[in-house]
Amino acid sequence: MAATVLCSIVSAEVEIFSGQVEMVVASGTIGELGILPGHTPLLSGVKPGPVRLILEGGEEELFFASGGYIEVQPTSITILADTALRADDLDEAAALAAQNKAEQELADQKSDVDFARVSSDLQEQAAMLRTIRKYREGKA
Amino acid sequence: MANAKELRKQIGSIKNTQKITSAMEMVAASKMRKAQERMARGRPYSDQIRDVIGHVANASPEYRHQFMIEREVKRIGYIVVTTDKGLCGGLNVNLLKATVKDIKKWVEEGVEVDLCLIGNKGVQFFRNYGGNVLAASSHISETPAISDLIGSIKVMLDAFEEGRVDKIFLSNNVFVNTMTQRPTISQLVPLDATEEGKSGYRWDYIYEPDARQLIEGLITRFLESQVYQAVVENVACEQAAKMIAMKSATDNAGDLIDELELIMNNARQAAITQELSEIVGGAAAV
Repeated sequence: MAATVLCSIVSAEVEIFSGQVEMVVASGTIGELGILPGHTPLLSGVKPGPVRLILEGGEEELFFASGGYIEVQPTSITILADTALRADDLDEAAALAAQNKAEQELADQKSDVDFARVSSDLQEQAAMLRTIRKYREGKA
Repeated sequence: MANAKELRKQIGSIKNTQKITSAMEMVAASKMRKAQERMARGRPYSDQIRDVIGHVANASPEYRHQFMIEREVKRIGYIVVTTDKGLCGGLNVNLLKATVKDIKKWVEEGVEVDLCLIGNKGVQFFRNYGGNVLAASSHISETPAISDLIGSIKVMLDAFEEGRVDKIFLSNNVFVNTMTQRPTISQLVPLDATEEGKSGYRWDYIYEPDARQLIEGLITRFLESQVYQAVVENVACEQAAKMIAMKSATDNAGDLIDELELIMNNARQAAITQELSEIVGGAAAV
């Protein structure tokens, strides 16, 4: 049996996952991170994007995190997400609508928008859509 | 023997009180369920981030945030979270007692104390008790937003950054279950290392991208989540304590009513007996 490590994903509102996993794949601030049990201590930011867990026995589970932090200890991995969702719960239509709205706001230069906020919204929605697509591929 | 009319009036007024307390009990019970849910949802995050911060404090990072540096203690700060309203049994009293005990211990060592108060009851208490209050905020809603709290907390954190305060404690009630709420005082800054990690060997994280940026972000989030959780937990405690207090008030009112009704019936019965014996006595005399 493959070695496992305790992984928990918590967001400010709810604990979304806690259990033994064989590997965690997350998008860190400066690139994809693949973490196996016994990893050296690591502290990194998390970009909006999918978080993939390979559970005991090889089964996969996909989550979406909208930014936050990841802490890795040899025996535990903690993802402190701002908001996190199970991939099942992601709503493609809503994400698309939000993306369109953000794009429109950006295009409409006259309107008095907070550029930083809208572009981070846009990033988040794009990451959400990426997660949804990945989830579909995994299922197909 | 007391006058029956007076007794009846008394019973009536106690019944009215009982109606009010039992209504308050029900309101508290339904609010408690929501407050408890909110508290339970936030707990994993605040517990996990405390663990992570504990690890960070154990590590020997290349960059040490000033919130991580222990200083000689000359002046300390307390953030005391109390409720806005009363009628919740010993909840606030127990917390304030524990806090004052802790404060006294520091004062005996010649350390001065600053206070930051959240909640009306704490404000009232320290107005009488004395103490240097840096900031106070009351009338926090039952669904607090972090932005409501951050103002008064910032005063304390600024004081720490400027070196006016060397340690900050957070004092709040922790919800154990409906019957038990435990007053707890925990150290906020400088960051407290977890027990397991005090083994002494030196290690450090790999930081991506940058230690300073990461640690600063984490610490801000840590402080926010701790204070937020303290307030949410306090709301749950308040409703639970209020429910229990109102339940016992309702029960006590019931006991009182039973007692008074017994006295009233006795009095009525005695009056009838007396009247009868007077009539019988009168008939016999004729």
